[in-house]
Amino acid sequence: MYKYDEYDQEMVDTRVAEFRDQVRRRISGELTEDQFRPLRLQNGLYLQLHAYMLRVAVPYGTLNSAQMKVLGDIADKYDRGYGHFTTRQNIQYNWIKLEETPDLLAELAAVEMHAIQTSGNCIRNISSDQYAGAAADEIVDPRPYAELLRQWSSFHPEFLTLPRKFKIAVIASEKDRAAMKLHDIGIKMVRNDAGEIGAQFYVGGGMGRTPMIAPMIREFVPLDQLITYSEACLRVYNRYGRRDNKYKARIKILVHELGKDEYTRQVEEEFAHLLTLPIEPPLAELERIKTHFVEPAFDAGASDELDLSDPDFRLWVERNTHAHKQAGYVIATVSLKPVGGIPGDASADQIRLMAQLAKDYSFDELRVTHAQNIVFPHVRKADLYTLWQALDAAELGTANLDTVGDIIACPGLDYCSLANARSIPVAQKISQRFGSAEKQAELGELKLKISGCINACGHHHAGHIGILGVDRKGVENYQLLLGGSEGADTSLGQITGPGFDEDGIVNAVEKATNVYLSNKQGEERFLDTYRRIGMAPFKEAIYG
Amino acid sequence: MVEVQFRFRNDEAVNDPAVTVDSFAQQTNAAAVRIEPGDDARALLPHLERIALVEVNFPAWTDGRGYSSARVLREAGYTGELRAVGDIAPDMLGHLQRCGFDAFAPDKALNPADAEAAFGRWNNVYQATVVDGRQAIWAKRHPAA
Repeated sequence: MYKYDEYDQEMVDTRVAEFRDQVRRRISGELTEDQFRPLRLQNGLYLQLHAYMLRVAVPYGTLNSAQMKVLGDIADKYDRGYGHFTTRQNIQYNWIKLEETPDLLAELAAVEMHAIQTSGNCIRNISSDQYAGAAADEIVDPRPYAELLRQWSSFHPEFLTLPRKFKIAVIASEKDRAAMKLHDIGIKMVRNDAGEIGAQFYVGGGMGRTPMIAPMIREFVPLDQLITYSEACLRVYNRYGRRDNKYKARIKILVHELGKDEYTRQVEEEFAHLLTLPIEPPLAELERIKTHFVEPAFDAGASDELDLSDPDFRLWVERNTHAHKQAGYVIATVSLKPVGGIPGDASADQIRLMAQLAKDYSFDELRVTHAQNIVFPHVRKADLYTLWQALDAAELGTANLDTVGDIIACPGLDYCSLANARSIPVAQKISQRFGSAEKQAELGELKLKISGCINACGHHHAGHIGILGVDRKGVENYQLLLGGSEGADTSLGQITGPGFDEDGIVNAVEKATNVYLSNKQGEERFLDTYRRIGMAPFKEAIYG
Repeated sequence: MVEVQFRFRNDEAVNDPAVTVDSFAQQTNAAAVRIEPGDDARALLPHLERIALVEVNFPAWTDGRGYSSARVLREAGYTGELRAVGDIAPDMLGHLQRCGFDAFAPDKALNPADAEAAFGRWNNVYQATVVDGRQAIWAKRHPAA
């Protein structure tokens, strides 16, 4: 994976010094909270209901063991012993003290990590496919391009105060595992007819209160124009994105209001101009970055045999592993969704254990997924049983990937100052209701996502089943959505009708799954059945 | 009149009253113009030769349109004074400079020590903005390219 050189290290060290200075000015009173707020947000520090929350960047979701270990140590030292992995492949700590943040950041910088631009109205951490570099279906590893974009977007002087936050995802396979079309810019690496690799640009997707699927605005951007084209997309947005209304400030609104064609025309005009300036890194820089992403030294003779005589292990293998491009290896996903647990949470000990196991069994690498799980990308099949036993002993062996138990949920009203309703208790109740392995097996792939407010951090629009918490006259109320998807077949869920209380929503989810089970044909997933039979039968069962 | 607190030019300061972008094209004797956040800086491109001072107003420092305005003008070859006025946060001074600003007139005078730290903060930079004359990190990594 990518290793900092002296320049990269200097950049994060400088940022720590700058933030230390900003915190000092805040504590001395030189800066008011109003003045400090946008500055701390540029560095991932939120003031939440009970304490400060710090979001640490995990660029394109990739971590090494030493970094993971430090994340565990930080959970112990600066938080209450937990970390919360997020839907943007980052990690958050919920109990942070302002005066301690500079030291925390210095500890991160020592292992080439940071919290740069993990919040605020700027270009956020670049996300990617959690199986990058391991998946059998990718045309290239998308991460070198994400790293090139990470450097370009870090402290880009023109784009630090955009109309609103800006999220970029890069993928390189047909199967979209990063919800690419629901980003401000989604980039899909593709091969053209001449066999060259280039970038396909989708601009103006997003969730929030106006969910939109990004339209494609350019089929192929050559690799030696990638930064220039990105800069053109951003400049048009920075100049013309709405700033009169926070809720209409995302680029999706600009693209929608101008129309895809007019936005594209403006970008092309800006692009033509910017191409005349020497702003594009040479391809040699991309090649340099690529050398950090060479394949690990796989054992070419690794056996494809797997002893599945232990039924619990067998279930976990069926649910939580994915085909690797290298024979004799698999990609294994650790579910951070134990029955009744808090989605995405891991204790300091669990984080450190995963760090050690990655060192022992996955070439020192881990990934954070946007579904709030952890991936061991390169596991020899011969080591898989040992790995699973160690995980299972630490309550990390839950076999429920992509099932109804693998719930995405935002922190909700338990932590977040924006939330209208709690998400975690709803996730816990659903996870308990559908906790049995039989039930999960019966329901198959079923993506359930919960947001505690309209900002949609829990991706409720993209859930096969989505739940949106709202505030109805001071009472928490939950709306049910059906039919969303974040994959290559991205679609937005539709609201079934009036909302429910906490127990009511759990019952409504169960009724919806019963409709699926009684209408399912062949190998259909919940989503397939819903798309075939439509909303009506579900509505009838839920409200009838 | 707001004081210019920092200026990185050797020529004589221009203190003509700045006219609006809308009226500038008609006022053929005007040499100073003021860009508000919603103005299109490209409207000035046909007139760059007679402009000696462009003020770019930041009613709030968190409104970043002025950064693009500055680069647009510099990229088109504007060499006169480019002055950031309004709500200038000291933390942003280095970034403003990288977009081509060479004079700063904050509404409220900034703490000189904070400002000095901000101007000198970044030894190296990841991007080539071209207009700041700085070499990007990628260029230093590949000196022959």
